[in-house]
Amino acid sequence: MASGDMAASGAGVEDNYLTHSHGFKSWFFTLDHKRIGLMYLVSILTAFFLGGVFALLVRTELLTPGKTIMDAETYNRMFTLHGAAMIFLFIIPGIPAALGNFVLPIMLGAKDVAFPRLNLFSYHLYVAGAIFALASIAMGGVDTGWTFYTPYSTTTNSHVIAMTLGAFILGFSSIFTGLNFIVTIHKLRPAGMTWFKMPLFLWALYGTAIIQVLATPVLGITLLLLIVERALGVGIFDPALGGDPVLYQHFFWFYSHPAVYIMILPGMGIISELVSVFSRKHIFGYKFIAYSSIAIAVLGFLVWGHHMFTSGQSAMMNMIFSALTFSVAIPSAIKVFNWLATMYKGAIHLDTPMLYALSFIFLFGIGGLTGLFLGALAVDVHLHDTYFIVAHFHYTMMGGTVIAFLGGLHYWWPKMFGRMYNETLGRIACLIIFVGFNTTFFTQFIMGSHGMPRRYYNYVPQFTPYHRLSTWGSYLMAVGFFLMAGYLLHSLFRGRKAPVNPWGSATLEWQTSSPPPHDNFPEAPAVGDPYDFSNLEYDPSLPGYRRRGGPKA
Amino acid sequence: MTETSSTPHGLSIHIMGVPVLLAVWALLVVGTVVTVVAAGIDFGAFNLWLAMAIATVKASLVALYFMHLRYDRPFNAIVLVGSLLFVMLFIGLALTDTAQYQPEMIPGYSPGMKE
Amino acid sequence: MSTHEHPDYLGHHFETPQQQYDSSKLGMWLFLATEILLFAGLFCAYSVYRSNHPEIFVYAHQYLDKTLGGINTLVLICSSLTMAWAVRSAQTNQRRGLILLLSMTLLFGCCFLGIKYVEYEQKWKHGLLWGKRFHPHTEETRSHEKTAPSAVPPAIASQPAPVAPPPPTGEDRSLIEAAPRGPAGLAAGAIEERKPGHEGSRPSNVQIFFGIYFLMTGLHGLHVIGGMSVIGWLLVRSVKGHFTSEYFTPVDLGGLYWHLVDLIWIYLFPLLYLIG
Repeated sequence: MASGDMAASGAGVEDNYLTHSHGFKSWFFTLDHKRIGLMYLVSILTAFFLGGVFALLVRTELLTPGKTIMDAETYNRMFTLHGAAMIFLFIIPGIPAALGNFVLPIMLGAKDVAFPRLNLFSYHLYVAGAIFALASIAMGGVDTGWTFYTPYSTTTNSHVIAMTLGAFILGFSSIFTGLNFIVTIHKLRPAGMTWFKMPLFLWALYGTAIIQVLATPVLGITLLLLIVERALGVGIFDPALGGDPVLYQHFFWFYSHPAVYIMILPGMGIISELVSVFSRKHIFGYKFIAYSSIAIAVLGFLVWGHHMFTSGQSAMMNMIFSALTFSVAIPSAIKVFNWLATMYKGAIHLDTPMLYALSFIFLFGIGGLTGLFLGALAVDVHLHDTYFIVAHFHYTMMGGTVIAFLGGLHYWWPKMFGRMYNETLGRIACLIIFVGFNTTFFTQFIMGSHGMPRRYYNYVPQFTPYHRLSTWGSYLMAVGFFLMAGYLLHSLFRGRKAPVNPWGSATLEWQTSSPPPHDNFPEAPAVGDPYDFSNLEYDPSLPGYRRRGGPKA
Repeated sequence: MTETSSTPHGLSIHIMGVPVLLAVWALLVVGTVVTVVAAGIDFGAFNLWLAMAIATVKASLVALYFMHLRYDRPFNAIVLVGSLLFVMLFIGLALTDTAQYQPEMIPGYSPGMKE
Repeated sequence: MSTHEHPDYLGHHFETPQQQYDSSKLGMWLFLATEILLFAGLFCAYSVYRSNHPEIFVYAHQYLDKTLGGINTLVLICSSLTMAWAVRSAQTNQRRGLILLLSMTLLFGCCFLGIKYVEYEQKWKHGLLWGKRFHPHTEETRSHEKTAPSAVPPAIASQPAPVAPPPPTGEDRSLIEAAPRGPAGLAAGAIEERKPGHEGSRPSNVQIFFGIYFLMTGLHGLHVIGGMSVIGWLLVRSVKGHFTSEYFTPVDLGGLYWHLVDLIWIYLFPLLYLIG
C-alpha cells in the first residue's frame, strides 16, 4: 500500500507491518514490537490530550482571582489529574514505550525485542493501569497532588486507592519495558553492532532502562504501603501511630527523582540523533554523550533529597543532597556542549524535527539552569513550592521531554506510517508551540520569584497580568497542538508516500522500507558508523537519500 | 563434582553435582543453627552485625551454587550486586537523614516522639 | 536467516538456543533485581525504625515464635535444595526425578505457608497487629508466655495511663523536656506511660514493629504463593514432558525466583525473630 517507493530495495514489496495482518485481535494481541509501539503511541497521545484538557481547565480557572469556572475543591482535583495523567500515563511511557519500542530493535538491527510476549504484557498492564486511573477520575478524582504525600493522602476522602493502584500497575508496565530493552541491547545486537556502533538514542534508552528497573520497584512498594496504610491503618507513615511522614517522602523521591531522568534521558537521546542528522555532520564527542547518559542515570539516584529541603530533612543531608544535585549538571552540560559542537560548521537543515531539536536545546538550557537555582539551599527556601518550581519542571519536562518527543515523532513519522506530513505546517506548528510555551511558563518564573505559591486556587490581584498572559500562552500552545494533530492525521490519508530515507540518516532503521516489513529487514542490514553521512546522496527522484552508487529509483 | 554439558544445538550449560547441592544444603542448615544459637548470646550491638554476616554467608551460598551464579555469565552477578548497592544507597541515605533529624524533633509534637 | 536448524522452542528473533537461554537468564536476573528493590523499601523502613527506636524491637521481637520461625527457615532451605536439584534433573533429562522434586518443593512451600498461618493466627488472637489494630489482650498474652517467657509484663494490656512526662533515661535521644501532650488534633490517646528502667515494660509505639513484621512477612508470603503457582505450572508442564536437556529454561527461571524468595527469608528470620 504505502511502500511503492521502496521497490528499489527488492524483497517484500507490498507487505509491511501495518498490512501484515488485519483485525482488532491482530493488533491487540500482536507480538510485533512495531505494532505494540504504535498502540502505545495512540494510548499516550490520548493521555496527553486528556492531561492537556485538564491543564487548560486549570489555566482557565486562573484567568481571574477567585472563582472563574470551578470551585476550589474541583481545582485541587484538576491539577492533581493533570499531573498524574501527564506523568504516569504520558511522559514516563512516552518516549521509551512508544517511540523506543518502535525504533529500538530496528536501530539495533534485530527482528524484535528480546521478550515480545513480555512487551505485549507490558502494554496490557499499561491499559489496565490507565483504566484504574480513569476509574479514579470517574469516581471524582484525587486531590492530593501527584505526589500523594502522607498524611493527607491517607486521610482525604478522594479516591486515592484507585489512582495509586493504577500508578502501581503502570510502574510494572514501565519495569518490563526497561527490562526488555536492557536484555535486547545486551543480547540481540547482530554481528558488527558493537556497543560503540550503537546510535546514541539506544545508549539513552539503555540508561533509562537502568533507572526503570532499579527505581520503579521502590515506587511500587511506596504505593503499596500507601494503599495498606489507607485500607488497614498500618501506620508506617502516620505520625498519630508513631510513623514518620518524612520517610514517605524519602520513599517517594527515591523513585520519583530518578523518574525525571526516565523522562528526560530518552529525550536527550532523540536530540543526539536529530542534531547530527540535520547538521549533516558526524556527532561530536560520541563517547562523551554515551557515557553521560549512563552517568545521568546513576547520578539521578543520588539527589532525591533535594525535593525535601523544606520538609524537615536534616541539615546535614540537605547539604549533601544540594552538593550532589549540582553534580548532575555536569553530564547534562556535556551533552549540550557536544550538540552545539556538532552543529558548529555543519550544514544545518531546518526541517521540522530539527526545529524541535533547537527548541529543546534552548528550553532545556533554561530548565536546567534554573534547576541550579533550586539546588542551592538558601535560594530553594525562597522558591520552594512557588510557580518558579512549576516553571522549572515544565521547562525540563515539557520544553525538554515533550519537545524532544515531538521532534522524534516527526522524525520517525515517515518510517512509522510511510507518509510525509506537510513540512510548512509542521514548521508553523513548532513555532506556535515554542512561542506559546514560553509565554505560558516564562511568566511563571517571574510570578514564582515574586512569591506566587503553586497549587493555589486564588491569588492576590498583583499577579493578575502574569496569570492572564500565562493562560493566553497555554491557549496558543493548544492551537499549535491542534494544528499538528490536523496535519499529522491528514498525512496518514493524503500524505506523500515516504521514501526509505527522507532525512539522510545513517542509522539502520533508514535502511529498511517505510513502513518496515513484519520482520524489520528483508536481509541483514549493513552495520556501519551511525553518524557517517559521507556515502549518502540526495536523489530528487525519490525524493530522499540513497547510498552513493546504490540502485536508482 | 559439577559438570558442564553441551547439547546438540550447541547450548552450553552448567549442571550442579548432587554432592555439591547436598553440601550447600548442609552448610545452610548449620548456618541457621549457628544464627539461632548466636542470637541467644548477648554480644550487645555486635549481635546485629553477627546475624547479618551469617545471613550474608548463607545468602551467598544460595546465590553462588543453588542459583548457579558462580558458573553463570558475570553480568548476571553484576546485576545482583548492583541492585544490592542501590539498596544500600537507599537505606544508607534515608537512615543517615532520619538519624540526624529524629533527635531534633520536639517531643510531644508527635505522639510518636515523647521521651 | 540462520544457517542452524530452528527448533520449535526457539523464538523467531533468536539465532541460537544459547542466545535465547542467555537472554532469558539475564531477563530473570533483572527481574530479581526489581524484586530486591521492591523489598528494599521494607528493609529501609525496618532500618529506620530500628535504629531510631531500638527499644521497640528489643521488646516486641520476643513475641514472635522463634521455634516456628526457625522451622520455617529450615523448610525453605530444604525447598531450595529440592528446587536446585529439580533444575539438575531437568538438565539431565530425568523426568521422574524432576516431577518428584518439584512436588517436594511445592509441598515444602505449603508447609511454610501452614506454619506462617499458625503464627499469624496467634498474633491475631493476641491482638498483636499493626498500627490501628494493635490491641494486645492480657489472658491470651499470658498463655503465650511459654514461647516468649521473659516477654510478658503484666502491664501489657494496661490502657493508656494518665499522660505525664516520664523522666529522661540514659538512652534518651532527646534532651528537650517532654511536653505534656501533643497539640490538638493529634491522637492524645496514643500517648502511653513508659516506666523507664523497668525491663520488659512496654515502650510506646510497639505497633510499629508489628506493622513492619506483617508487611515484611506478608509481602514475602505473597511471593511464596507466587513462587508456588509457578512451580505448580512447571509441574504440570513437566508431567506433560515439555522439558528436556535441550529446553529447560522455565524450570531454571522458576528455580531462580524460588531461591530469591528463600534469600529474602534468610534475612527476614534473624532481623525479625532473633535480634532485638
